[in-house]
Amino acid sequence: MGEFRVLEIKQSVFADNDRRADEVRSELKEKKVFLLNLMSSPGSGKTTTLTRTIEHLKEEFRIGVMEADIDSDVDAKTISSLGVKAIQLHTGGMCHLDADMTAQGLAGLETGDVDLAILENVGNLVCPAEFDTGAVKNAMILSVPEGDDKPLKYPLMFSICDVVLINKIDVLPYFDFDMDKCREGILMRNPKAKIIPICARTGEGIEEWTSWLRNEVKKWQE
Amino acid sequence: MHELGVVFYVIRDVKKVAEENNVEQVETVTLEIGEVSGVVHELLTDCFNWAIKKEPIMEHAKLQIETIKAVTFCEDCKQEYETVKYAKICPHCQSENTYLLRGNEFNLKEIGVT
Repeated sequence: MGEFRVLEIKQSVFADNDRRADEVRSELKEKKVFLLNLMSSPGSGKTTTLTRTIEHLKEEFRIGVMEADIDSDVDAKTISSLGVKAIQLHTGGMCHLDADMTAQGLAGLETGDVDLAILENVGNLVCPAEFDTGAVKNAMILSVPEGDDKPLKYPLMFSICDVVLINKIDVLPYFDFDMDKCREGILMRNPKAKIIPICARTGEGIEEWTSWLRNEVKKWQE
Repeated sequence: MHELGVVFYVIRDVKKVAEENNVEQVETVTLEIGEVSGVVHELLTDCFNWAIKKEPIMEHAKLQIETIKAVTFCEDCKQEYETVKYAKICPHCQSENTYLLRGNEFNLKEIGVT
């Protein structure tokens, strides 16, 4: 047996993923594909919001959706019934997607046929925030029943999002949800965040959200 | 929260370094983990010990964890303070206008090899 020695490494364990994510982004830029990473808690209305978004934008863009879930393909079935391409990514028990898994998903979508790819990340406000997927923009959905204190409890998630959609505003009268306090909490963590109150069920606010998304896709494709 | 996931990253990085340096066996793996990185050390160690059994080059490796103390900076009074004790409100001036200076790290520091 050889002699004991110490090899210094001194690098972040996430360094490789960050590099891979940058590669994914430059490939996307070349192919003029916009990738949106959509995150939220379970039950915040991600699939419903996605459905509305697709209805608004499917005439303008070729849309592809990647549904990340621990198991089952319920969501991918719902989405593909709207006539857009949807694939299911099983994370095999993992609580998040990394850049490599996203790249595999993009290959599965055959990105040559897509302008707007949406990654519906695993429903969880902790892990997905830690891993750069290679997305062009990050969005998250916070729903009213979850509470206005979430930005303070999950600061990392709110600090990496370009857009925060506050969903289910139709039930505001029934909850102690202080919209101003919530906004304040988000902006304290992330002064650049765009905050859009929506109701995916009724369609309220969806226009503002989809026009933001439309602009971003066009900017990326220029 | 995602200890098993990060263990796979650690193992991949360690194996890469070991291969580049003609290592026979990895004896120790030292990580530097920030106090507020959200990683549970005990769980991380359990995941590590389970996952290395499938990796001949490091199947007996011992995991060593060094903690990096979390420090927050207050933008109003320009002072630093202990994050874990006071969280996001500055104990000096009660401002909420603060940000984490360090303590969110998850670094592979070094490996001991033969």
